[in-house]
Amino acid sequence: MALLGLLEREPSHGYDLKRDYDAYFGRGKPLPFGQVYATLGRLARDGKVLVGEAEPGAGPDRKRYVITEQGVSEVEAWLHEPVAPEPHLQTVLFVKVVLALMSGRSAEGYLDRQRAAHLQRMRELTALKRTGGLVDALLADHGLFHLEADLRWLELTAARLDALAAAVRA
Amino acid sequence: MTAETAQTAGTAQTAGSAGTAARARSDAAGALIEARDVTLAFGPTPALRGASVTVRAGEILAVMGPSGSGKSTLLHCLAGILLPDSGEILLDGRRVDTMRENARSALRRDRFGFVFQFGQLVPELSAEENVALPLLLRGIPRAEALARARTWFTRLELGATRTRRCGELSGGQAQRVALARALVARPQVLFADEPTGALDSLTGEHVMDLLVAAAREQGTTVILVTHEPRVAAYADREIIVRDGTVTSYDLAPVPPAPVAS
Ligand SMILES: Nc1ncnc2c1ncn2[C@@H]1O[C@H](COP(=O)(O)OP(=O)(O)OP(=O)(O)O)[C@@H](O)[C@H]1O
Ligand SMILES: [Mg+2]
Repeated sequence: MALLGLLEREPSHGYDLKRDYDAYFGRGKPLPFGQVYATLGRLARDGKVLVGEAEPGAGPDRKRYVITEQGVSEVEAWLHEPVAPEPHLQTVLFVKVVLALMSGRSAEGYLDRQRAAHLQRMRELTALKRTGGLVDALLADHGLFHLEADLRWLELTAARLDALAAAVRA
Repeated sequence: MTAETAQTAGTAQTAGSAGTAARARSDAAGALIEARDVTLAFGPTPALRGASVTVRAGEILAVMGPSGSGKSTLLHCLAGILLPDSGEILLDGRRVDTMRENARSALRRDRFGFVFQFGQLVPELSAEENVALPLLLRGIPRAEALARARTWFTRLELGATRTRRCGELSGGQAQRVALARALVARPQVLFADEPTGALDSLTGEHVMDLLVAAAREQGTTVILVTHEPRVAAYADREIIVRDGTVTSYDLAPVPPAPVAS
């Protein structure tokens, strides 16, 4: 989904997509070329990207990929949707925010929905804590602290959206 | 029906059981308190710019948002303490912002309870006298007021502090005493502004547990300002105040308002 989101900016070669993916989301773990082309092939099969004519010089790397209407709707829907609130999903949250801003969308609505989803899960865990035994309470607290950490990050990000947008659109 | 609920009902309606009727009616309508497009500025500083919110009877509503966004101001408007520059505040469908000051203070005394972050207890009085204060202000005889205040000390695990002066209590103890004082007169609405702000997280959660249990049992509607997600998670839903306007999310189905015993 991150590749499709990057492709939405402009038609690109596989190489460019990999380079941008590594720069923004790789975190020291570069995406193998094979995986980039496998993903693009699957997206083409599903009608989400079009593969351009091979340009002179040939080789798989010389093809340009263009996102389709269907691909755009898919990115749109994915960016809109809050992730199921589980601990340790900072990276997904981060990718969504950065992609939304890169594509000139407002990330604010997404952040609000994510925040609401997180608080809803925190309410469920709090209810469990209030009605259950000590073991339930400790487990619920573990979840609550992680969700709270995410939530604080969401709030901080919401407060810094303008600066972040300037940074990723530069 | 106790003396002061009759008094409450008296302010509200005519018949003897009007308090209950008012509650039932607002349940059906969904809204107990409403702010409609409220604006308020402190001199040149706009604190609220078109804030609207509906508080349902029996719900616990968390009010969140960044510092300086207008949460406390909104709370004070809903409680009829501050008057908006424009817009309307309604309680049970009746305008509060156009009431005369003495009618509004009667409302606060008879139907509302308050917990704030600091400086709300009278330091020279004992803990139990502090808790009895709202009852004394409603004209309940001293012996009865103190007896009713005392029942809260066991409940809030405050037995040891009952006769101590409030100036000598720890932050967590003082906060529980303040909660008892806010709830002792069985208010229809509890307004709480950062009630756990000065507490460590375990004590804060204990206070929230007690607050939620007491509110549910009494059918009290709670409006709770907090910037702590873990505190907000005790509420049924949350609204967010940003730059003086309100955003609400209704992802969660709101549980039916509990019936007051
Ligand atoms: N008595 C006052 N006089 C002048 N300005 C005020 C007064 N009370 C509040 N304000 C201003 O109104 C705005 C909203 O303040 P308010 O106290 O409602 O914010 P808040 O959301 O409760 O913040 P916090 O989380 O810090 O308590 C702020 O800009 C504040 O400086
Ligand atoms: Mg405040």
